[in-house]
Amino acid sequence: MIAIIDYKAGNLTSVRLAFGALGCEAVITSDPQAILDADRVVFPGVGAAGAAMRNLSDLKLISPILEVAARGTPFLGICLGTQILFDASEEDGGTRTLGLLPGRVPRFQPADRWDKVPQIGWNQVKNVRPHALLDGIADNSEFYFVHSYYPAPSDRSLAIGSTDYAGVTFASMVGRGNVAATQFHPEKSGRLGLRLLANFIRWKPAGNE
Amino acid sequence: MLTKRIIPCLDIIKRRVTKGVKFQNNIDLGDPIEMAVRYSDGGCDELVVYDITASAEHRPIDIEMVRDVAKAIRIPFSVGGGISTLDDMSRVLLAGAEKISVNSLAVKTPAIIAEGSRAFGAQCIVLGMDPVATSDTARCPSGYEITTRGFRERTGLDAVEWAKRAEQLGAGEIVVNSVDADGTRAGFELTITRLIAEAVSIPVVASGGAGCSAHLRDAFNLAHADAAIVAGMIHTGDFTLRQIKDELHAAGVPVRMTW
Repeated sequence: MIAIIDYKAGNLTSVRLAFGALGCEAVITSDPQAILDADRVVFPGVGAAGAAMRNLSDLKLISPILEVAARGTPFLGICLGTQILFDASEEDGGTRTLGLLPGRVPRFQPADRWDKVPQIGWNQVKNVRPHALLDGIADNSEFYFVHSYYPAPSDRSLAIGSTDYAGVTFASMVGRGNVAATQFHPEKSGRLGLRLLANFIRWKPAGNE
Repeated sequence: MLTKRIIPCLDIIKRRVTKGVKFQNNIDLGDPIEMAVRYSDGGCDELVVYDITASAEHRPIDIEMVRDVAKAIRIPFSVGGGISTLDDMSRVLLAGAEKISVNSLAVKTPAIIAEGSRAFGAQCIVLGMDPVATSDTARCPSGYEITTRGFRERTGLDAVEWAKRAEQLGAGEIVVNSVDADGTRAGFELTITRLIAEAVSIPVVASGGAGCSAHLRDAFNLAHADAAIVAGMIHTGDFTLRQIKDELHAAGVPVRMTW
């Protein structure tokens, strides 16, 4: 069973529908035990980091998330879910986040007035290193992004994919071991996004990923 | 590089896609789900679905249709028409839409933008606006006035001021649908589109008047739109999305070429 973690951070319908389109039942849940029992865990979310951390705390979801990530359960972060895997976000005047991956999450500071924040739309993801979740996906394929903040891992080897926007090249896909995470929305990225999710369903993480 | 989005618009009456000029003389174009799938497979970057008679008929949006669209396609879509409360917004999002478009409602009750933005995130809240050129620059210094209720009512609101206010209230994106250009297929109204793109720091979508790929190129290059809405030019079969994207790509506009 795939558990989609619901922590009141946005609408999870499209994530569930995308797994449904792959013939795979995914359950949207806030139940710590259901997350601990899941074969695979998806950690999505949109919205603000501060509110997200408060919700995770109120729902007692922080320790189950850290536990499944530590014990090797295939784990996929999406968008805000990805951002709060890091140590801290600049959002809401600075927010301490889960610290599962080393790094921080700064805001875009465009020098060019036509670089709008949030970034909304399809942008290329350059494959920085091979990864099982990118199997069958060509280098520089476009995925759908909606975000104002971006992951800045302190360990460059975490980056799986990179994307250029507003004068920075940021890590749009990161991962280590059984944890993989995208800043973009695979569930809204058409055929190629579905391919990434299909790869996730089959993924058997190796230690060196 | 972030690509420019091309967004087909499906105007719905009684669960059928229709097309009219200035909201009149509507003709039946087909089934919304089939068309959503066709355009999604054809390479559109997003979709807009408007339940255009919901407000006039004082009924909520056709939520079953929203649910069916969400099941059928894997790209983002926004929904407008028949949305008057936070509950309506919530229902539309839970049905699987990515964004909610508010237009007349926001003019009447601007607080709905702030409330929606707070509840669901700015990225969910799209302000649709229908500006018309006006000579009354004492009232509307930009030379463009906001109309509501399908162009039927003038509001006295200056289009640029309204765009700035909507951004402050928490709108995540603005669709500028020119009353003068709507349905003409003679090109977007570049002046007001550019004025608004310059005035706000959120993405701006050009709407109304698309008739060929050069019109889209101009909206992107001259008016600095981040996305453009197409309707008649593809609904009639005169152009395919592939053709529009090939031509834009050849003209140096960044667009998504594989899907």
